[in-house]
Amino acid sequence: MPRIPLEPQFTVEHMSILDSDGNLDTALEPELSPQDLKRLYRAMLLGRRLDERMLKLQRQGRIGTFAPIKGQEASQIGSVSTLRPTDWMVPSFRETAALLWRGWPIEKILLFFGGYLEGGRPANDQRDLPTAIPVATQLPHAVGLAYAAQYRGDDAVVMAYCGDGATSEGDFHEALNFAGVWHVPVIFVVQNNQWAISVPLKKQTHSRTIAQKALAYGFPGIQVDGNDVLAVQVATREAVERARAGSGPTLVECVTYRLGVHTTADDPTKYRSAEEVTAWERKDPLTRFVAYLEKKNLLEPGLDQAIDEEIARGVTAFEATAAADPLGMFDHAYAELSPELAAERAELEARLAAPTRNEGPGEPPLPPPMRGQRVSSRWQN
Amino acid sequence: MAKLTMVKALNLALHQEMERDPDVLVIGEDVGVDGGVFRVTEDLHRVFGGTRVIDSPLAEAGIIGASVGMAIYGLKPVCEIQFSGFAFQCFHQIENHTARYRQRTQGRFHCQMVMRMPYGGGVRALEHHSESEEQFYAHIPGLKMVIPSGPRTARALLVAAIRDPDPVVFFEAKALYHAAKEEVPDEPELLAIGRARVDREGRDLTLVGYGAMLRVCREAAEVLHDEDGVEAEVIDLLSISPLDRDTLTASVSKTGRAVIVHEAPRSFGPGGEIAASIMEGAFLSLEAPVRRVAAYDVPFPGFAREKASVPDVPRVVAAARETLAF
Repeated sequence: MPRIPLEPQFTVEHMSILDSDGNLDTALEPELSPQDLKRLYRAMLLGRRLDERMLKLQRQGRIGTFAPIKGQEASQIGSVSTLRPTDWMVPSFRETAALLWRGWPIEKILLFFGGYLEGGRPANDQRDLPTAIPVATQLPHAVGLAYAAQYRGDDAVVMAYCGDGATSEGDFHEALNFAGVWHVPVIFVVQNNQWAISVPLKKQTHSRTIAQKALAYGFPGIQVDGNDVLAVQVATREAVERARAGSGPTLVECVTYRLGVHTTADDPTKYRSAEEVTAWERKDPLTRFVAYLEKKNLLEPGLDQAIDEEIARGVTAFEATAAADPLGMFDHAYAELSPELAAERAELEARLAAPTRNEGPGEPPLPPPMRGQRVSSRWQN
Repeated sequence: MAKLTMVKALNLALHQEMERDPDVLVIGEDVGVDGGVFRVTEDLHRVFGGTRVIDSPLAEAGIIGASVGMAIYGLKPVCEIQFSGFAFQCFHQIENHTARYRQRTQGRFHCQMVMRMPYGGGVRALEHHSESEEQFYAHIPGLKMVIPSGPRTARALLVAAIRDPDPVVFFEAKALYHAAKEEVPDEPELLAIGRARVDREGRDLTLVGYGAMLRVCREAAEVLHDEDGVEAEVIDLLSISPLDRDTLTASVSKTGRAVIVHEAPRSFGPGGEIAASIMEGAFLSLEAPVRRVAAYDVPFPGFAREKASVPDVPRVVAAARETLAF
């Protein structure tokens, strides 16, 4: 029998609308109202400024380790801004800007990274999952949510985030495969920021793009300039519309760069060059968007200050939070406490009520280690 | 009331719960058209359709992970992992997510879902098809872990598990699937999760077992009665987690002696926790050290050798006699 070439219609596109030199593809440029453009910029700036503030808070020991987003604001805001409040958002652990867009209060984000369980609770009307730390494991949840939405006949779509490192995990592939087979309304936004802690993309995958991985699962993938908020929004809007129309999943690969550390426990100078970082700093998503808005005369005076004040209010509210009540650990372990758990709770309650001896200032509590945490001597002790 | 095998009893529970609640759905490998490799989900696909009885792709993490999303949305998935030996490919979803979602979101979301898995030996099956690994799940806070001992408890526990607001790992002893029929009431019957039952009353010694080992305990109690004139009390644990410490304590307070029987390897198995619980609750009543009869601490040795490792009646009787003679 002869070998017959199959002719699958496989193409992967790359889209860029506004590049770092200020070039604009007017044919692809979305028609956004001045109000929408201002809102996008404000959200990106808020993400950037909160990130900077959180780094300081972490260095001062006021919050624990977290994953900064600097450089990825366009990928997050461009994509999340295409959702309705009734849609679902499934973050990984580096989506601060997207969380803010979805209405997570600054105070709650700080509580989460301050080690409070209370920081993980979405508001009652919020259709967001909380930050997911084990890499890629949130993606099957997104597929299940999308299946359930379809099962119930709701027109909600689900947007799930992950990074380039996550595309090596089994859960990424299982999620994409299930999504393709079930043809459910889910959008996978991969923030390809080039580095999974210290491992560069070329050691993560031999694929030319991450977008093409979707093709193997029977649905489209598109690569966009992830530092171009317009391109990200156009691509994800298309994906959201496809999903809502019943045309199934899409993968959107946002090519971006983590300008800062992986987490606050990371030292990127060990594995990447200053030249590389500088080159990407020139592609900063905020810089080019500022220039674009300037031309349109849409930059609002006093915005930086207003944002800083908003952040300051969030920090103040966070710092006014009472110390976590230790008994709270029992509140949501189960719907109801078993007799054994009730006894453990009673033991702790009695211990808390008893006068303590040798009370005095101890060492401040350590933030918990995350992936990539360098072990300090204090942890070894 | 009908006489049913455990497979049929489980099937009845699924049928009735799916009829009762449109949010209950079944997902797993071969659970649909084929009715499951053990036929537990037989006919559900025909009655409820492929949207509710989902033949999933062959991927355990996908099954559990997607079910987490469905549960968060408010559905109540009953997942089948074809053999418990394959559950390590979804163990991270179970531990990282099903068990923690309630706490992580402070009660905003939770995972009302059941993870059914056939476990245990005695069916001449290959490696990964005969293991007993209940201890891993019992150790995870946020999960419940139950193991029925026959058709009637299987049906009643599965109904309870499906209606339980927390995630439940539900082990089914393959050796019991077709082993014996029992009268199972037509109307749904629930067993409270976290409660053991006294299967046979006695005053001299407590035998603690669950799943396929309940039968071994019952037969050992018969031998002790017939040959030694000893009245052994047999406890059918049913829930590994939460553990019914009160029933264990009450029994051993009366008998003063206990032998725990399980198919899982002995070290760090449920027997250790049960023994500690007896020691804490009935220390002053103990007349002899608590004994454990369990599989040896070796990887599953293959079915040509499993009889030498899985507890049987002579081993339990011998352990009971040593305990009585202490």
